[in-house]
Amino acid sequence: MMASLNALVAVCLAYVFLLFCVAFAAERAGVQGRAGWLLRSPLVYTLSLSIYCTAWTFYGAVGYAARSGFEYVTIYLGPSLVIVGWWWIVRRLVRIGRSHKVTSIADLISSRYGKSNGLAIVVTVMAVIGVTPYIALQLQSVTASLSLFAAAEQGSLSDAEEARAAGFWIAVGLALFTVLFGTRHLNVNERQHGVVIAVAVEAVVKLIALLAVGVFVVWGIAGGVSETLARIDASDLGTWEMDGSRWAGLTFVSAAAFLCLPRMFQVMVVENDDERHLQIASWAFPLYLMLMSLFVVPIAVIGLDLLPADANPDFFVLSLPLSQGQEGLAMLSFLGGFSSATSMVIVATLALSTMVSNHVVMPVFLYLQQGGATQSGDVRNVVILSRRLSILAIIALGYIYYQFSGGSSALAAIGLISFAGVAQFLPAMLGGIFWRGATRAGALVGLGVGFTVWVYTMLLPSFGPDVALSAAIFDQGLFGTGWLRPQALFGIPGLDPTVHAIFWSLLLNAVSFALVSLMTFPHPLERLQGAQFVNIFEHSGQTRGWQASVAESEDLMIMAQRILGAGEAQRLFQAEADAQGQGGFLPEPTADFLQRLERELAGSVGGATAHAMISQIVGGTAVSVQDLLAVADESAQMLEYSSQLEAKSAELSKTAAQLRDANAKLMQLSDQKDAFLSQISHELRTPMTSIRAFSEILRDTDGLGALEKTKYANIIHVEAIRLTRLLDDLLDLSVLENGQVTLNQQSGSLVDLLDHAIATAEVSEARPISFKRRRLEETVTLHTDLDRLSQVFINLITNAQKYCSAETPELRIEVSRAGETVVVDFIDNGAGIPVASRDVMFEKFSRIGAEDGNGAGLGLAICREIMARLGGDVRYLDGTGGTAFRVTLPQSQALAAQ
Amino acid sequence: MAPRGSPLFLERGSYRQRRVMDAVRLVVFLGAGLWMIPLLWPAQGAPAEQAVPMSRALMYVFGVWTVLIVTSFYLAYRLRGMPDDPDDSEAP
Repeated sequence: MMASLNALVAVCLAYVFLLFCVAFAAERAGVQGRAGWLLRSPLVYTLSLSIYCTAWTFYGAVGYAARSGFEYVTIYLGPSLVIVGWWWIVRRLVRIGRSHKVTSIADLISSRYGKSNGLAIVVTVMAVIGVTPYIALQLQSVTASLSLFAAAEQGSLSDAEEARAAGFWIAVGLALFTVLFGTRHLNVNERQHGVVIAVAVEAVVKLIALLAVGVFVVWGIAGGVSETLARIDASDLGTWEMDGSRWAGLTFVSAAAFLCLPRMFQVMVVENDDERHLQIASWAFPLYLMLMSLFVVPIAVIGLDLLPADANPDFFVLSLPLSQGQEGLAMLSFLGGFSSATSMVIVATLALSTMVSNHVVMPVFLYLQQGGATQSGDVRNVVILSRRLSILAIIALGYIYYQFSGGSSALAAIGLISFAGVAQFLPAMLGGIFWRGATRAGALVGLGVGFTVWVYTMLLPSFGPDVALSAAIFDQGLFGTGWLRPQALFGIPGLDPTVHAIFWSLLLNAVSFALVSLMTFPHPLERLQGAQFVNIFEHSGQTRGWQASVAESEDLMIMAQRILGAGEAQRLFQAEADAQGQGGFLPEPTADFLQRLERELAGSVGGATAHAMISQIVGGTAVSVQDLLAVADESAQMLEYSSQLEAKSAELSKTAAQLRDANAKLMQLSDQKDAFLSQISHELRTPMTSIRAFSEILRDTDGLGALEKTKYANIIHVEAIRLTRLLDDLLDLSVLENGQVTLNQQSGSLVDLLDHAIATAEVSEARPISFKRRRLEETVTLHTDLDRLSQVFINLITNAQKYCSAETPELRIEVSRAGETVVVDFIDNGAGIPVASRDVMFEKFSRIGAEDGNGAGLGLAICREIMARLGGDVRYLDGTGGTAFRVTLPQSQALAAQ
Repeated sequence: MAPRGSPLFLERGSYRQRRVMDAVRLVVFLGAGLWMIPLLWPAQGAPAEQAVPMSRALMYVFGVWTVLIVTSFYLAYRLRGMPDDPDDSEAP
């Protein structure tokens, strides 16, 4: 009966060969640009998501259902919710992944937290630890199903050893496939068409297989839907017996794992071609999951009914058709399980190897090669080699784990442990894309705490008492501390162990992540990346900058060729040079170009490594954002300094303006002085000329009559008087202007003062003028220098007498009190003073009209000076119909006459 | 808050599109809520006559699943002509 097992192996090999062919054809089509409609269709995208359904779900779900009833469905509910709610998280992840050329979940987390390679290594190691058992599980399920076939054929398990050997060859085959089709393109963002199509084909095969078994069970064995439901209700699983915490907890952890599993991240984010595929997947993928889980309970119930009690429920999908003699169906079912296992191993290995190669191997290689990025030699080969070695290493690790664990425990347990392990990435990932305040330190601490708790409460206890952890620790806790019991942390027992581990690990993870993030301060690069990740939909552009000189273009070119390949690199540089409008192949290394280049490189070797490589070349040292910020700081200081200079120069120019003003004033004063001197010499010269001329006549002319002598002597006398008066006035003005005048304060009545002034004026000037006064209003007692005030009054009255042009001159003197002050107006009925002259009439030597040569034009100037000394004012009064002056006296000097 | 340059109110077509986007955001809460309803069912150890039969539980969970799939399909159908980058603005 060995032939049958051999036939199975033959079918298996044929199937694998078919897959190779499909992958090869797809790869060829992708290279030639054909069949894009299929390779890039949303259908293929959705089907590739189905690697979520591994052998664990294909075989294990039925076993799970047979043991725990309806609980298995939670493993599908979580992912369904995530993809139905694609708008919230998956869309954001895909956008970030596409715009930052993210290569893996480790790359995403490390890029978000400042391209920290340390963080990437932590995530990679955690992912490897979490996923390796899962890979072992797939190998185990394939070999177990093989041995089941062997047992069914031979009635014994004698060929189990042979099946185990088959496990080795399966591992080798998977490694070969992954190496062949998973590393064709260095750039992870380019789809590995062969792998994707093969995964899609396998997705269809496993769905059809499970549906076929289901249909056979429901309609072939049970005899219809209602009969099946009746049998279900009648069975041991007949009622809803669900622990609520497990229902919610498992739904949650499966949703988290769906987002965080490296292989899911690979197909969902990294290999996503078009964001709109998510719209299709949002309903198609839940549909796929629903179909995958639809017949699980019927198969479990019927299996429990028909199969012997010692049959492993994990393989009901296989053993049920076998027991019914349906060899073909069993074969299909086997292929379904085989597909589930292989597609998962291929993609998971691909994802993990990318992480290991980009974040562990390449940094070490670059470090050992100190400054070697510009040396000759193709790094591409190194990258690809390191990725292939990583693939082999991971599959080998899975195989070794499988050999040592011996395929003992139920499949579902390992699956859940793995889920909870990778779910530890969730806080750091979601925090990174939604919260700008999340920091690298927070992510590291959160991951560390979560992972430690997971290992202690879930991974180690899963091996059972006295294997990894002693029974004493189970009972009394670590170091005999009661609150450190691995399945009852903090002394809270009674929780389901799985829910307990998930709850505490994720809670402590999230809390420590948030707390440390709140307390630490991120590096500038972290903050920039954080802002870009969180605000991915507002601006997808990069803001950080590189600086490089043209000479470095060549080095960049050499490096890019080594990683992207010569053709690709030349195309990139040429395009950029064209875009910059330059001839030749080497573009200016602008910040934009360097960013683009870094992203291209990141697609091949991961963000952190690409960053390190560029920084190696650009300026020989890293032009980190820290440096840029330091430069910015410096320029801010310079800005401040220059603004200080600016302020100083503004001050200087203000001072200069003031000096200019002062100078102008001085010039003006000097001009005034010159004008004054020339004026005064002219004023003095006129009378002096008359005096000299007439005195010469008197001296030299003989025979002058007495009358003539008297006349000439009289002229000399008058001129001498005028000269004296002029000199008196000048002296007076000089004294007043210099402020040397001493005021002779007296008290007196305004009436008396005016009477005196009018009398004096009438004596000195012959022209008659009539006065209009209201004596009653003039009864004001003044306390001031009365002599000086009377001088002002006399001057004003004399002016009126002299210059009033009216036929019958008339001067009104009006006294009024305006608040605090006493106002005396002198208003005549003359022609008034022209507007142009009003400005200058109080200046020295200003005379209005030239009809009278008698005055020197000092009178009003003296009046103004006197009034200024007395604390009052004299001004021209507009709008009276004649010439009018207003003398204002402060109240303090005007005491009401009582 | 509406970002700079985006209108405060939208014409009918765009308005409907925004509401479809809102619905896309909300379906997941509907699904989570409906699927957590089994938490309210009689728990383990309840009297046999109160226990929910497995067949009814099956039909409920798969029924919700179908509703979610149909809703998502309808919404995806409504969203199909959406521009590539409908920013996250909340303009109503």
